[in-house]
Amino acid sequence: MNRIISRFELLQSQRQKGLVIYIGAGDPNLGATLQLALGLEKAGADVVELGVPFSDPLADGVVNQLAAQRGLASGTTPPKLLEMVAELRRQSQVPLVLYIYFNLLHRVGLDVFIQEAAAAGVDGLLVLDLPPEESANYETLMEKAGLCPIYLIAPTTPDERIALIAPRARGFIYYVSREGVTGMQSSVSTTIPGMISRIQRYSSLPIAIGFGVSNPEQARQVAELGDAVVVGSAVVNRIAQHGSSPGLVDEVCHFVQTLSKAIKS
Amino acid sequence: MTGPALATAPEPATVPDAHGRFGPYGGRYVPETLMFPLQQLEEEYFRAQKDPEFQRELSYYLREFCGRPTPLYLAERLTKELGGARVYLKREDLLHTGAHKINNAIGQALLAKRMGKTRVIAETGAGQHGVATATVAAMFGFQCVIYMGAVDCERQALNVYRMKMLGAEVVPVHAGQKTLKEAVNEAMRDWVTNVRHTHYILGTAYGAHPYPVMVRNFHRVIGDEARRQILECEERLPDLLIACVGGGSNAIGLFYPFLGDASVKMLGVEAGGEGIIPERHAARFQGGSLGVLQGTRSYILQDAFGQIQSTHSVSAGLDYAAVGPEHAFLRDNGRVEYGYATDDQALAAFLRLARIEGIIPALESAHAVAAAIDIAPTMSKDSIIIVNLSGRGDKDVAQVVAKTGIQLPQ
Repeated sequence: MNRIISRFELLQSQRQKGLVIYIGAGDPNLGATLQLALGLEKAGADVVELGVPFSDPLADGVVNQLAAQRGLASGTTPPKLLEMVAELRRQSQVPLVLYIYFNLLHRVGLDVFIQEAAAAGVDGLLVLDLPPEESANYETLMEKAGLCPIYLIAPTTPDERIALIAPRARGFIYYVSREGVTGMQSSVSTTIPGMISRIQRYSSLPIAIGFGVSNPEQARQVAELGDAVVVGSAVVNRIAQHGSSPGLVDEVCHFVQTLSKAIKS
Repeated sequence: MTGPALATAPEPATVPDAHGRFGPYGGRYVPETLMFPLQQLEEEYFRAQKDPEFQRELSYYLREFCGRPTPLYLAERLTKELGGARVYLKREDLLHTGAHKINNAIGQALLAKRMGKTRVIAETGAGQHGVATATVAAMFGFQCVIYMGAVDCERQALNVYRMKMLGAEVVPVHAGQKTLKEAVNEAMRDWVTNVRHTHYILGTAYGAHPYPVMVRNFHRVIGDEARRQILECEERLPDLLIACVGGGSNAIGLFYPFLGDASVKMLGVEAGGEGIIPERHAARFQGGSLGVLQGTRSYILQDAFGQIQSTHSVSAGLDYAAVGPEHAFLRDNGRVEYGYATDDQALAAFLRLARIEGIIPALESAHAVAAAIDIAPTMSKDSIIIVNLSGRGDKDVAQVVAKTGIQLPQ
């Protein structure tokens, strides 16, 4: 079974909330990404999202843009990233999602990219700028390869669109809890509960809530409202601070451990 | 056929389709946050387009505020020197704010007003679209933020000052190569964040549906006028239309009303920069391939993995890695040809038009003039070319002085 699906089934059977951690692939380099992914799993991450560096990340705030720049500067390409994933799979079964811009798939062909990602051991793709209206045979190819298409729902998404998106999603639905690009927020958005119950009317998939969580207390509050919480920029910021230090993995994983404790207790 | 028989232009084929697709190009590739706002914009735009009151207001402002119609001017000395086709200039440089961009900015500002938005944002390359947006924001009382690459802020400083005087906030963008593409990314980020009260006045026939069709329709007034004017003065259609193509708004505005006129050939001129060497030009049809960037599917300059390549052009307005989807469509079906002019050819055309016609063109428009200089001599004396002089060159004076070494008298 797909690792994302089985992880959420396990979490639900244990009545536990999930923790999804986003990092930029190749930041500061792919070797570090491999070590970070292994460390994140030990620190309690249920799903690791790898941002594939793109030259024009227009849905991302400055923290993730800089991570993408560092990823490109370290020579990270999709084929090298997939080699790293294959290497990671020899040591870990942590569920993996690639967070990616559509042109990187489009360039090599959807079928080729999806097959190679599945062969390397990727479990799901979140294609930022591929709405269901443009997805053509994307879901069919994903299904065939055993990968979960992860879809975003935003505060601006009306019921008609939730109804369009929900049946196409697999694994989990990613609710973007605030309008805007990725980045940290100081207070937890108040509109979350209403949106979550609207999404639940159309889907029984787990809902992960993201974009803006910066500390353990917020992570706990947000996780309570859904099935999982996504933490990105706060982790990426720590990678940026400690990128060249030998203590990088420890620093980042210590932070993720505090998030995990807050959520799971 | 002569004048009267041609007075009503045949309507061109209906592209885009309901999904904003021009054949395999176009569409709507954006993050989910923008999908519903774009659907709302699409509905509101098509409602407005059919609303006589909206059309009346639009033509009022185009006439009384912007100065339409613009002249179609026979460039006599240029024609004589080139010794071939008669060269007409569609004088969009004479519009208020100095370029065609205001046609679209006025239209979208009226839409923003209908939608109850209080804030407008825009990207700008050469600064002409930024100035047009700042102008309509001042006129209608919108808060206004313009995103502009830091390199472009420097090379088009005059326009930065103009935008500030008009009350806009100008945000220099320092990411990537610090030009138009990065300014679009930043404007989209702003829009994603503030979409409930902000309208994004995208400045070219590019981006997610409905922008390419909407921007085209706001600019088709250029071609509608030119068609009427040439029939009035020459009693026949032109043989060739020439326009520069960055995103492609001035070109599609001129071309579109003539698409049904089979005898009229069309040439889009891209920025050849320093020649067709990767990262040294912005000619998407020369070095580009099919891709998806900033909301649409079209020809883009990219590497083997799909990362967007750097571009170069002496002209900030053409210095962009992608081309409008309708141009890709028109190129495929052979209706429009696309060529390029290099930096040097554009600079030479800039100076030549200034010296023999008394018109200082924008460096963007100078690319179209350069193509006319090449082609007119190969055509017969009874043939007719219309060049879209999309903007005036005041903004480029400092840059051209630096490049050509023109000095003040001692």
